[in-house]
Amino acid sequence: MTTVDQPREPALPSERGLSRSYPRPRRAPLNWVRGRGLAAFVFLLPLLFVFGAFSWYPIVRTAIMAFQHTNFVQAPTWAGFQNFAAVWHDPQFPIAVRNTIYFAFLALIFGYPIPLIAAVLMSQVRKRRGLYSVLAYLPVVIPPVVGVLLWKTFYDASSQGVFNTILHWVGLGPYPWLQSQQWAMPSLVLYSTWANAGATIIIYLAALIGVNPELYEAASVDGAGLLRKVWHVTLPQIRGVLLVTMILQIIGTAQVFLEPYLFTDGGPVHATLTVMLLIYDYAFGNSLGGDYGMATALSLMLAGFLAVFSLVYWRLTRSWSTA
Amino acid sequence: MKSTRVAMIVAVAVVLGVGASTAAGSTRSATNVTISVASLIPGSTQQAINQFNAQVAQFEKKNPTIKVKPTQYQWTAPTFAAKLAAGTLPTVFEVPFTDARTLGDHGQLANLTPYFEKLPYHKKYNKAVLAEGTDAKGQIIALPKGAYAQALHYNRALFQQAGLNPNKPPTTWAQIRTDARIITQKTGKPGYVEMAKNDNTAGWILTTLVYALGGRMETGTGTHAKATLDNKYTIQALNMLKTMRWTDNSMGSNFDLGWSDINQAFAAGGVGMYISGSDVYTNLVQAYNVDPSIYGVTTIPLANNKTAGVLGGGTLAAVRPNANKAELAAAMKWISFFYEQPLVSKGQAIRNAKTLVANKQPVGVPALPLFNRKQYELANSWIEPYINVPIGHMKPFLNGIFTQNLIPEPEASTQSVYAALNAVVEAVLTNKSTNVQQMLQQANAQAQAAIKQGS
Repeated sequence: MTTVDQPREPALPSERGLSRSYPRPRRAPLNWVRGRGLAAFVFLLPLLFVFGAFSWYPIVRTAIMAFQHTNFVQAPTWAGFQNFAAVWHDPQFPIAVRNTIYFAFLALIFGYPIPLIAAVLMSQVRKRRGLYSVLAYLPVVIPPVVGVLLWKTFYDASSQGVFNTILHWVGLGPYPWLQSQQWAMPSLVLYSTWANAGATIIIYLAALIGVNPELYEAASVDGAGLLRKVWHVTLPQIRGVLLVTMILQIIGTAQVFLEPYLFTDGGPVHATLTVMLLIYDYAFGNSLGGDYGMATALSLMLAGFLAVFSLVYWRLTRSWSTA
Repeated sequence: MKSTRVAMIVAVAVVLGVGASTAAGSTRSATNVTISVASLIPGSTQQAINQFNAQVAQFEKKNPTIKVKPTQYQWTAPTFAAKLAAGTLPTVFEVPFTDARTLGDHGQLANLTPYFEKLPYHKKYNKAVLAEGTDAKGQIIALPKGAYAQALHYNRALFQQAGLNPNKPPTTWAQIRTDARIITQKTGKPGYVEMAKNDNTAGWILTTLVYALGGRMETGTGTHAKATLDNKYTIQALNMLKTMRWTDNSMGSNFDLGWSDINQAFAAGGVGMYISGSDVYTNLVQAYNVDPSIYGVTTIPLANNKTAGVLGGGTLAAVRPNANKAELAAAMKWISFFYEQPLVSKGQAIRNAKTLVANKQPVGVPALPLFNRKQYELANSWIEPYINVPIGHMKPFLNGIFTQNLIPEPEASTQSVYAALNAVVEAVLTNKSTNVQQMLQQANAQAQAAIKQGS
């Protein structure tokens, strides 16, 4: 018995990886139009335009400007690697890097576990879980500038400040908060945790819903308490989400700008000067036009570092992710 | 399939519509010209806005082919740089004395020379003031709006509460220190507050203190200037602040106040004394409705040496470099009408004063002459019946300012010099054990590098 090879349809998504893929047959232009290809392209056009104009074009321009001297009025001149060298030799550069790492570290120590703990506790609550979710998410919907202005009154360094008044009731303070080189960065992290925890809590709550309840029941039968259940069931089950939120947090904190810009403007004495704020200062800190070449050069350096870091992180944690 | 076609047509129409509307937006009438002009700072009171709009209406009536679009505007170093880069400054905007020449040299301001020479009063300008708006090629690239001398503003009510005589404000730095301490002790409010924000206001005020003691921040001009931030007078000024902050505890507990913040705090009655430009009363009224009865202003005490002086500065009106000929001509008409004529034309001065008074805006705020003292006094005599500021409370300043030695801001890389000093002021006010000398040396090196680069 002989068989005749028949042209085969492309593999379904569920088949991919299980069977060999075959080359897709070429379609005639007319068939492409009839098969709604043109319609899809027309619908794609606005999206391409928006992405092109507001994402890709600025990225390309940034890469070019990093190698130029320009003030946006006179013709730009090529600078080679001068802007990168200037950033590297700027005494404020290591300060900004150190502060950014410090912010990321504090945020990781305090800002990362708090939403997880809150989500686990909220998942245990049987009544009014929705209300708690809303309360946790509320800071996220408050416009950041409003939030910062609110917290500025909390951080008022006088004895009439909100935090200092509360602490006075228990015999503490007053503390200088934003007015001290030692206290300023932890104060920013505290605000940042309050402002951003809600979104992460919602992600964790969604992930916790996906954990099979039978696993908790089995753990209970084995005599496990809440902490052991969290350690042996919850954390392993949501480790994929945990790893993703961790890299997102690290990338986010490496680009921290809003808090130091609005609270302290990088002070006191550069104690809260971050890499993003330094980029901003290069570009706009000098009223005579700033150094856009240095600003874009440092932007490229930061983007390159984060890309490499993300790749290494992904490679290192690939085997720990959910199978 | 039909619905897909309809959707396709809609999508194409939307894309084409965007393009068409963009094209329509860029068309302009050939006869009429529209210019945007810097108006008031954000947060100004409705009365201040009404007053400005009334002046716009007067201008448009006189110039029917020109449409003026007021744009809220406040010069701060970062926002100005961002708008400059983005090309979103209004057609007519304001820059401080410190920046105009460099911006002009960089081709970032329009050349006003041909229009300037047609102004009937162009020969009357004070040459030193006009030089602030003249670039290296000798082109006029900005015209003066106003000039100020730094002054000591004080809260008369707090003086009274503290048992001090508000008609006898301090005349020495030792008295300022004593009065600040008494005000804090008796009222609980900070006796002396200083701008110490990392937006260059900290450096600006420290430079004022150093000038008053007899020091300078640089010698020479241009990229060959030598930074002298670490001179003995700067150390003296910082040590004085250190004592008031840490020994007397008379400076309060918030040390991140910028220009607007400190004005707001003063108008709210929370500041005993502070240093700012002599013309700041306008902002105190326009933005914060200050109670005139609490306001007092006097000259900054100068040390008893030949080099001591008061820092003076000012603001200039400039035009965007990409303004076309019609816009440029219209912009110059507005500059002349709004900024200059009230100082040289009796009719315009009185009209201007009447509009301000009708809208409860200040008339008679202390300033320095843009032309000459004779012209200044003449212009003041025209508006005398309309003066509504507490002129009696301003006498200590008005009586003393013309005897003081007026010194311009550092000429080379002014904002960079101030930026280098910001951290030093912050350090002294937030860290008791700051090594002043070491920090000043670092600041001096930073300023010198900026001067060398011309940035």
